[in-house]
Amino acid sequence: MANSFNEWEGPLIELEEGISKLREVIKREPDALKRASLEKRAEEFESRRDRYIDLMYARLSPWEKVLVSRAPKRPYTLDYINNCFSDFVELQGDRKFGADHAIVGGLAKLDGNTIVVLGHQKGRTIQERQLRNFGYARPEGYRKAIRLFEMAERFRLPVITFIDTPGADAGVEAESRGISEAIADSMLKMFELTVPSISVIIGEGGSGGAIGIACASKVMILEHSVYSVIAPEGCASILWRMPERGADAAKALQLTAQAAKEYGLVDEIISEPVGGAHRDPSEAAALVRQNILAQLEPLSKMGAEELKVSRYEKFRAMGRFSEK
Amino acid sequence: MQCAKCKKILFSIDFEQNLRVCPHCGHHHRLPARKRIEITFDEGSFVEQDASLQSIDTLGFPEYGEKYVQAQQKTGEKDSMLSGHALLEGNKVQVAVSDFNFMGGSMGPVAGEKVTRTLERAAEEKTAAIIFCASGGARMQEGLASLMQMAKTTAAVERCREASVPYLAVFTDPTMAGVLASYASVADVILAEPKAMVGFAGLRVSKQAGVSKVPDDFQMAEFALNHGMIDRIVHRKDMRATLASLVEMLGGRR
Repeated sequence: MANSFNEWEGPLIELEEGISKLREVIKREPDALKRASLEKRAEEFESRRDRYIDLMYARLSPWEKVLVSRAPKRPYTLDYINNCFSDFVELQGDRKFGADHAIVGGLAKLDGNTIVVLGHQKGRTIQERQLRNFGYARPEGYRKAIRLFEMAERFRLPVITFIDTPGADAGVEAESRGISEAIADSMLKMFELTVPSISVIIGEGGSGGAIGIACASKVMILEHSVYSVIAPEGCASILWRMPERGADAAKALQLTAQAAKEYGLVDEIISEPVGGAHRDPSEAAALVRQNILAQLEPLSKMGAEELKVSRYEKFRAMGRFSEK
Repeated sequence: MQCAKCKKILFSIDFEQNLRVCPHCGHHHRLPARKRIEITFDEGSFVEQDASLQSIDTLGFPEYGEKYVQAQQKTGEKDSMLSGHALLEGNKVQVAVSDFNFMGGSMGPVAGEKVTRTLERAAEEKTAAIIFCASGGARMQEGLASLMQMAKTTAAVERCREASVPYLAVFTDPTMAGVLASYASVADVILAEPKAMVGFAGLRVSKQAGVSKVPDDFQMAEFALNHGMIDRIVHRKDMRATLASLVEMLGGRR
């Protein structure tokens, strides 16, 4: 997947390489007149690049959004935790069986207030990807989440979750230890919370693995993230027995942030920096932080019962049907 | 006719009398939802509710409209879930029963709504809820809204818990994916029929995930039982009595 993403961004990368080479040349050019003319050329290229980025990102197809949401350079949960909050203290383990590093969590400070934060974590290096199981959480990850939800409830701390997973682990081991029960129980625990809760889909919102920690009072999604009942490749393989028709499935599934908002299945869309969160991770984090703060304020003023009822009613209304 | 499992010849009268369990090998054949209701609850006591709910194909998903109509014609049902109330040895219970013949029993907004209403009615009326699962998972043709049914139904289970009404789930063949990973797995008591498929991902998905060797009983009720995920495996002929005594013992009596 990473390759096709690069391929698609190919012209852009070429342009950027050209620009940075030109910038090097300019630095070394002794002649002021020539420098000025090269400078003009570079600026032309830069504005062309910006126009190209604007154009590309304004009309990303659903499949291109899938690729962007999976881009290896896209900021991950820990990037957001470190850039949105301070004093992060990771808390590990489910206290039952094992340690799952596909979900990270702990305590942090937001504007001086303690919060509980957790989310799926993918890896960038080969070693880290393996450690993180490529973001496929196991039962222990969800049970760690449950433990943290319970802690949040006990200490009256708001909960922030970040969602970025291709799906939950579907292997024999995960099945043996009750991956389904772990996901279901994690949702149940979120619905029991009487403290404010916010979920942000920062990359891939992959089916059961995603919803397991996304049952919050406010659910936000980054502009170029996706949220889907099934991976487009899986859908294509079931529908047409052709996993390579992921692009068609992505279109049919309408898995974009914009569609999720339109159908009332998420509360807010968070804008990304031009060209996607991966182009400016610190700006992306600033936008996420700002949106979290804006949502947290009204939630903090709500009573326990009000929080429960409003969250229940919100999810209760999801899904349309006819009844005559 | 033939047993789907051991291929032995079966006489339809015997087969029906045996609740569609093979007298030779014990294979529990799948049941249509109405048949399930007929053999489980007090005769003629089922009162269907929410009967007019239908999908509106919000996404205009390719081929879904045609498949939906075909499934309706094939099963005579509106969608994959029946809901209502019935008596179980005289006690009123709220019930929802999934029909695998309707698009693999998949859960879209209609099935999710019916499960949710069933659980809500149970909580309100203080009657027990019994749900028979038979589903491949969430209905992908309804997109993200189907995924949200996992959250919605699970939230409704929380209502039953708060109201202290018993919620019993029965896993029949198959109970999978989005259904297993939501309301099904958080029941107070979980029963299963012998050899019912019970699992998170279809074997094809598991294999894509790099799983090559799997145990013989992988994703079967027996596997789930041995790994502590369910309470009991119950033969079809004993299901009614088992459910009735659980309802009585957990105080869902009215």
